[in-house]
Amino acid sequence: MTRGREQRGRRWDGAAVGVCAVLLLLLGGCVRPGGRVAYGNRHQILYWGNGAEPADLDPQTSIGEPESHIFNALFEGLVSQDPRDLHPIPGVAESWDISPDGKVYTFHLRHDARWSNGDALTARDFVESQRRILLPALGAEYATARFEDVQIVNAREFYEGKIADFGQVGIQAPDAWTLVITLKEPADYFLGMLNHESWYPVHLPTILRYGKIDDKTTAWTHAGNHVGNGPFRLKAWHAQQEVVVERNPFYWGAKGIRLNEIHYYPIDNVDAEERAFRAGQLHVTTDVPQTKVDVYRQDHPQFIEISPYFGCYFYRFNVTNPVLKDKRVRRALAMAIDRDGIVRNVTRGGQQPAHTFTPPGTAGYVLPGPGTPTDYEGARRLLAEAGFPGGAGLPPVDLLINTSQNHQAIAEVIQESWKRELHIDARIVNEEWKVYLDSEHTLNYTTSRSAWIGDYLDPYTFLGLMVTGNGNNDTGFSNAEYDRLIGLSRQAADPAARRTLLAQAETLLLDESPVAPIYFYTNVYLRQPSVRGWYPNFLNRHMPQFIYLDDSAPMEFIPGQGKSLSARSE
Amino acid sequence: MFKFIARRLLETIPVLFIIITGSFFLMHAAPGGPFDAERRVTPEIQRNLEAHYGLNQPLHKQYTDYLARLIFHGDLGPSFKYANRTVNELIAESLPVSLQLGLWGILIAVVIGVSAGIIASLRPNTATDYIPMTLSMAGVCLPTFVLGPLLVLVFAMRLRWFNPSGWDEPSDYVLPSLTLGIYYAAYLARLTRGGMLEILSQDYIRTARAKGASETRVVLRHALRGGLLPVVSFLGPALAGIISGSFVVETIFQIPGLGRYFVTAAFNRDYTMVLGTVIFFAVLIIVFNLLVDVVQVWLNPRLRFD
Repeated sequence: MTRGREQRGRRWDGAAVGVCAVLLLLLGGCVRPGGRVAYGNRHQILYWGNGAEPADLDPQTSIGEPESHIFNALFEGLVSQDPRDLHPIPGVAESWDISPDGKVYTFHLRHDARWSNGDALTARDFVESQRRILLPALGAEYATARFEDVQIVNAREFYEGKIADFGQVGIQAPDAWTLVITLKEPADYFLGMLNHESWYPVHLPTILRYGKIDDKTTAWTHAGNHVGNGPFRLKAWHAQQEVVVERNPFYWGAKGIRLNEIHYYPIDNVDAEERAFRAGQLHVTTDVPQTKVDVYRQDHPQFIEISPYFGCYFYRFNVTNPVLKDKRVRRALAMAIDRDGIVRNVTRGGQQPAHTFTPPGTAGYVLPGPGTPTDYEGARRLLAEAGFPGGAGLPPVDLLINTSQNHQAIAEVIQESWKRELHIDARIVNEEWKVYLDSEHTLNYTTSRSAWIGDYLDPYTFLGLMVTGNGNNDTGFSNAEYDRLIGLSRQAADPAARRTLLAQAETLLLDESPVAPIYFYTNVYLRQPSVRGWYPNFLNRHMPQFIYLDDSAPMEFIPGQGKSLSARSE
Repeated sequence: MFKFIARRLLETIPVLFIIITGSFFLMHAAPGGPFDAERRVTPEIQRNLEAHYGLNQPLHKQYTDYLARLIFHGDLGPSFKYANRTVNELIAESLPVSLQLGLWGILIAVVIGVSAGIIASLRPNTATDYIPMTLSMAGVCLPTFVLGPLLVLVFAMRLRWFNPSGWDEPSDYVLPSLTLGIYYAAYLARLTRGGMLEILSQDYIRTARAKGASETRVVLRHALRGGLLPVVSFLGPALAGIISGSFVVETIFQIPGLGRYFVTAAFNRDYTMVLGTVIFFAVLIIVFNLLVDVVQVWLNPRLRFD
């Protein structure tokens, strides 16, 4: 009996400890009304839902939007950009001169620019950084921008190993504070390109401390090792959890920075991200679940941001396909797509139907004419001319998509449009992402859904793709006249003449229809009203030195917390 | 016992070898590679990247190189996707998180599941049997991707007791552990009930009762040991699965665990990461199955004579 009671007593002790533990855990979660966001507002800490885990934090070797948001905090290029309209403003360079022929850019660097470890930042650093990215063994994806998007003197020759001496390449530092970049052809968008992270300087002594200059797998980008020159510096990086940056006291403009820290969360699940926002864990998100867009727009418009984005969703046509090699068939298919139906019923995030390949938003570039209109009558006529009146005799067309509900729904609209208007059968072919990329690249498809986001605000970032032999052409399209017009546009010193040439090229492109534009992207995301100095823009670039949190703004939370939103979306 | 364990460990070597070989060649047979992206790299860059990671070598050479590095250095190689990290680092960093989540989950599963199973087995076919068993059936049918968001909706969004996602403070462990635990608890309850019912009808239980042992003593001391046998055999492989992380739970709650790598590595064609997680999981399964066998011998004296 006594033994039994002892045993029972011990059991109860265990239970009591367990109950206490659970209570403690519960209490831990009960605190902080308003969530993390309210705390962040008081202490100037921005909590940013950043979409995905950064592959790396080396601006020369990692690409992708989540990384680029972090690079804008950790690095700064020669020029920075106005947060509203993205026009170039002084960055590390205080001022710059452009030669009258538009080929020689001379940058005057500010003398107080420093690395985040206190080292002086000089023109030499920029030269060394550009030398590094052009080392072929580094395998930097954006190295080619130096001789494909613009033509820096001898950059290609150095990259291809024909020149070993970097002194002959058109990136030179006559003195510590002057950097001269020489182009073979004028490019009035060059300054805008310099905002891209692949042009940011990297700290060679740090890179060399952790490995070879052209080894992209070294540890220099780990927290504690990382050195940058941006308004913020790397404080912590916990894989799949968060990247934390703090204000960089050595930044030349450190006095003007108001945020103390930014926490980037790699939340790749859009529903989880929205829940985190609603619970006050995030100031901004990357995305909004499609089912919730309408609810936010109607009931909580102060939280949702919808703005045009410099990207185009389109279908590629394989011009080597026996049926699609006739441009009339391609154009007929491209014209018979219910674009309005797609943006109204499927994407539903304020996207605009696309009738051109280049999205609107590049200053001064307008395409005359209808581009690729949605015109069923005209499509039927073209198809009849091509020898398929009423769609008779045309074999079924495959629509290749990568697995995604959204792509599936859009493909279904296209399938239905073609069936209804042209009496053509289409089959949707669904492939896993990497398989799909492989099929597209090897032209193992008939038509394929695609997308392109511009790197800088110029039509060339779109139109350059379809030039013969471009690695991203992926349609088999090759047209001598098109290549000629694009080539001429690259040599044109006068911006207006250049745009005219590009518009001629695009008109030709759309007439040939190796691509069928569907819609122009928008950025749709959630943002707390307390986030200030944040402006929607075409490239979705948000320069953290301008961002701050307004603690005096009334804390706005979604009324009813979960109720109204979740009830509607089910 | 020592001989038994040693023999079992020796047996794992060919098993692991087959797993590694199969995964290696299957993975390389899949279309697409780690450097394929929507924005394509030029052929030169592609070649440079492949040369850097040794992908330009013939496949059998890559295979032997990989095995050599693995066996002699325990090196699982650099991750293709996360350039500045090695697979060893990534696993080392995420395993503790999955371990923590998994152990809490198992604790919840065992406490709830085993007690519910015992209670149900004591008075079969009465309300105390039907109620927990109905609930457990519901639990088995409710996938984690439904249960997780449901718990978030109630406890994080409505009641505001917890954060809906993250892994920063102890309170963040509660909802994911519950999600994981409840799912397994439901299975364990049914297994425990079955095992207990069988044992409770045995002769030695009647003997114990006849000798005047209290009901508590009969159930907890005499019956439970045998009744838990099916639970133990289930828990072995289940533990391996739980500890190595759950893709669904980690995604719903944004937990930096190992489970997400299993799936994303395959999508990214992150060859070394795929192999690393597969090998790691295989080792875990083997180890836990071995442990199960040891525990079963301890629970069931009849096995000791083998």
